[in-house]
Amino acid sequence: MELTLKNTSFSYDPGAKKPVFAVRNVSFTIHEGEFSALIGHTGSGKSTLVQFLNGLLKPTFGEVLFNGENIFDKKYPLKELRQKVGLVFQYPEHQLFEETVLKDICFGPKNMGLPKEERIERARHAMRLVGLSESYEEKSPFELSGGEKRRVAIAGVLAMNPECLILDEPTAGLDPAGRDDILGTVRTLSDTEGIAVVLVSHSMEDVAVYAERLLVMNQGSLLYDDTPRAVFEHYRELEKIGLSAPQVTYIAHALRDKGFLVDEHAMSVPELKAEILRVLGKA
Amino acid sequence: MNIIEILNLVHEYKEYDENETEVETVRAIDDVTLSIEEGSFVTIVGHNGSGKSTLAKHVNALLLPTGGTVLLCGQDTMKTEELWTLRKNAGMVFQNPDNQIIAGIVEEDVAFGPENLGVPTEELERRVEQALERVGMTAFRMNSPNRLSGGQKQRIAIAGMLAMKPKCILMDEPTAMLDPVGRKEVIETVHELNREEGITIVLITHYMEEAVDADRVIVMDGGKLVMDGTPREVFSRVEELKACRMTVPQVTELAHELRKEGVELPEGILTIDEFTEALWKLARAKIPE
Repeated sequence: MELTLKNTSFSYDPGAKKPVFAVRNVSFTIHEGEFSALIGHTGSGKSTLVQFLNGLLKPTFGEVLFNGENIFDKKYPLKELRQKVGLVFQYPEHQLFEETVLKDICFGPKNMGLPKEERIERARHAMRLVGLSESYEEKSPFELSGGEKRRVAIAGVLAMNPECLILDEPTAGLDPAGRDDILGTVRTLSDTEGIAVVLVSHSMEDVAVYAERLLVMNQGSLLYDDTPRAVFEHYRELEKIGLSAPQVTYIAHALRDKGFLVDEHAMSVPELKAEILRVLGKA
Repeated sequence: MNIIEILNLVHEYKEYDENETEVETVRAIDDVTLSIEEGSFVTIVGHNGSGKSTLAKHVNALLLPTGGTVLLCGQDTMKTEELWTLRKNAGMVFQNPDNQIIAGIVEEDVAFGPENLGVPTEELERRVEQALERVGMTAFRMNSPNRLSGGQKQRIAIAGMLAMKPKCILMDEPTAMLDPVGRKEVIETVHELNREEGITIVLITHYMEEAVDADRVIVMDGGKLVMDGTPREVFSRVEELKACRMTVPQVTELAHELRKEGVELPEGILTIDEFTEALWKLARAKIPE
């Protein structure tokens, strides 16, 4: 699987004398099994890119290619693309509506015209992937906790067997343990199922731990496309554009200023802990 | 003086199945007693479903007790005839900035609350001006709110409340949908209001870093208060917090993890400065002069 944005731009008023561009000449390719995070301040163009990726919005300029084919060609089956590139919106639990968890998850496969047995088989597989046991099948989605509802919503998209999964702030409003549960599940999907993941997030701590690649948007342009470690080296620039680095990065830099020669690239608590123990001669 | 007094509060609601037969009674708040001092900054944390929002909604009578009593500025929230005074005294900011803005121009949005209270025009203009100034949004007064960032919208929502001159502001995860700078803007704004105007702040959050500068942190679990203390006291109990599906700021967790390896840092470190300082002292003591 390869999903590519090629020189994409977007303007709401392309006919105007001086059109305003929400996205300016952005290019990147998402690969199979890759876990990328898309970060940027409010209004930086993240949502526009997300809508390009599953064909909800057509770029004013540039192309969106799925396995090399232009998805906005007249004959391209966009409906199939939207199954292959699944999108989980913000607060997806607001979109649950069926009487039971199983029925809700079956909704996508049903729309695909799959026979009943296959729908149920897919829904059950999706439930296993997100860690919902069989006992949930007959429950009403509305009696579940916030984190469980979100799992149901993600399972509903997974039941369409997507090759790429885009999640728009899937952890907003969840408690810390709920955040780790959901992101751990998503990480497993990319590791074991080979699903490409694009995570839109405002939490630098989360993307540092879970993502392999960071795409940083600023005012409609792609500012960085690199590993989290490489991107967080630019923590001062990130602050200027409404972002930040994980607190651990700031601790590492503060320690270096005090003369502790820890590796300033540490991004997580265990990494920095190991570094401090090394410097103190305890490791 | 206590601005909020909660005595043996119980809140129950009934769950129904699809045939509208009662299935069970859920106890969302289970015998909570709590007083909040006027002018203090209190943070409430707890996992999803622990009862924090339900508790906050009792303070300005968005919810009424099943049992027990809630007093705001000495006024019982069950006295519904006094509802408007009550809501004027305690404003509420919610999670989603887009659901709280109703007017097409920033200043009109800020004026909406006090206008409904019947504040005369001149006074109204003064209040709107002061409120926008207070949250640092004066430059945007004639703008359309839908062009603003999430952090700016939340500040407009806060200004709308300030214009009603509340004694207390309740905030239910006001930063959950914001980017890091938006989060910082909102949190700094409420700290200023607390410090400079003496407004009592009750902040519900899932971001532990936002609790660090509060006077007091309350942890809820299963509808009960399970911890209550200064940020340092509460965040010293790392393992207990984790058992409640909570976490601590990364710097606190790092210090705690190092202690487990025999590095003698104090518990309850809350800031990067405290951490580096403590580690430096420790390292220096080890070096023979």
